[in-house]
Amino acid sequence: MTTLLDRKTTKQKHKTKMYNRGAWKYAIPAFLPLFVLSVVPLSQAIWTAFTDEAAGFNVKVKFIGFDNFRRLLTDSMFWASFKIGIIWAVSVTLLSLFLGFGLALLLNQKLRFLGLMRVLSLVPWAMPPVIVAIMWNLLLRPTSGPIEGIFAFFHIPGGKTDWLGEFNTAFPTVILIGAWVAMPIITVSILAAIQGIPTDMIEATVLDGANAWQRFRYITVPTVREITAALVALNIIWQFSSFGLVYVLTAGGPGGKTFVPALFAYNEAFKYGHFGYAASMGVVMAMSIGLMLAVYLKASKREKAQR
Amino acid sequence: MTLSVAGQSVAEKKRRKYYLIPTYIAVIAYVIFLGFPFLWMLSTSFKSPYELLQLHQSFIPKGFYWQNYIDILRKRGLINSAKNSFIIASCTTILTTILAVPAGYAIARLKKIFSGAATAWILVSQVFPVSLVVIPLFMAVKRVGLLDSIWGLVLVYLVASLPFALWMLKGYVAAIPVEMEEAGAIDGASSFEILKNIVFPLLLPGVVATALFTFLNSWNEFFYALVLIQSPEHETLPLLLARFMGSEGQVLLGPLAAGAFVATIPSLVVFGFLQRKLASGILAGAIKG
Repeated sequence: MTTLLDRKTTKQKHKTKMYNRGAWKYAIPAFLPLFVLSVVPLSQAIWTAFTDEAAGFNVKVKFIGFDNFRRLLTDSMFWASFKIGIIWAVSVTLLSLFLGFGLALLLNQKLRFLGLMRVLSLVPWAMPPVIVAIMWNLLLRPTSGPIEGIFAFFHIPGGKTDWLGEFNTAFPTVILIGAWVAMPIITVSILAAIQGIPTDMIEATVLDGANAWQRFRYITVPTVREITAALVALNIIWQFSSFGLVYVLTAGGPGGKTFVPALFAYNEAFKYGHFGYAASMGVVMAMSIGLMLAVYLKASKREKAQR
Repeated sequence: MTLSVAGQSVAEKKRRKYYLIPTYIAVIAYVIFLGFPFLWMLSTSFKSPYELLQLHQSFIPKGFYWQNYIDILRKRGLINSAKNSFIIASCTTILTTILAVPAGYAIARLKKIFSGAATAWILVSQVFPVSLVVIPLFMAVKRVGLLDSIWGLVLVYLVASLPFALWMLKGYVAAIPVEMEEAGAIDGASSFEILKNIVFPLLLPGVVATALFTFLNSWNEFFYALVLIQSPEHETLPLLLARFMGSEGQVLLGPLAAGAFVATIPSLVVFGFLQRKLASGILAGAIKG
């Protein structure tokens, strides 16, 4: 297809360049509300990071420069939590990508009850988030939960484990539940991308004698590359900046093993009232994850360009 | 040529049969993993308070305790809050789709500087913890005069879902071969005609997936609603459900599960209809190159 493009006359090239010159106008309506309700509050939140704002009436807020950040640099509790946050975000994203991709490939085949299974694949997202956490808590109850029952039924040892309460198991368990919640978005998005593959193209490669692996490698993977990069980036962001699930499941315990940084910042702001300090954590989190993702997106772009 | 096609398809069929066994095993494993908490919720919704107090609980409830459903359906404001949630979620979805499809196209097809800046902003706006933005956001919504209004919530959800929608749609546009648009351009179609007649039909599965998540996110959203809605007549479904959590930390599990089940069904029904639109082979025959 690229050779076709290369062979185009310069006149055609010029004409094709012209047609989407005005496309930027299509972006204006979307960016207007984004500006009013996203840029403005966000700038204010970032500004707060440079002040000593704290809960309490009639306290004048002072600009204190980088004081919050200086304090944050030596806050070992925060950095421990930061590390947990990175591990949490990356593991949940990779695990849900792996599981979701697999499910999308399965749902793309001609199977019985396909519609029903597609609807089921959405269940984790359709259930109200608080209920998700409550249900998993019930399922994982150490002495009487149904998971324990399944372990006992098959005589698998370890069923009495307090999955969410023990030092070694709490974090992996929360990650697995996090991946469970994140799966639908990946499954459905990748399924939508795979469904866009022209059937002609698949038939042609079958005629050429390509096996299933080759079809996957040379047709499916390139088609979903762009969407996968977006999904990975968005998921890492969401997982890193969210704490709702962890809050209801373990509240950061046991012994801070699941104390993600978003929860740390939330406590700092709403439990202790240190808004300025909490905001500086938000800025540091945003900057570091932004940096990480910039590197990731650059790399995925370069990989695309190399092909 | 025809012969080889026929030969291939017979071999393919034979191979398919062997593929199917592990495929179905994998599917069943997924179904159990994904569906178990949902079924447990359904089972819980039929258990009496007495049964829920017992240590070991069976998967099949001892009897159908409909009182949980009567409790939730009699709950004052259920119909009203379901209506609010539905209006909010549908309006957010429609607005997000209308705004994000053209903008996502623009970001995907435009010069690097513009699309780089847009992507960078999406990153920043998403990565800042919601809990820290909520106070300035509250002030901004108040300034626009939309506090305690479902339209204010629509606006906030729109802003919250746009980054995701833009980025996903940008990805789907990027997967569409540029050759098809160029063919349209050479035939003399305007850029809007190209967007409407060539890009949009190919984009449909992606639009459906994006719209679906916008709907579900707005339908289930709790934190913004808690902060921005004050009067009971503007309450959304998640806010109503939260009241079953009890004021002293004690959870009315039966009615809560029943309510959660009632709240989950509309989303699944909507998806049941929409998933057909994720249909295969739309691009069939479109590119001959």
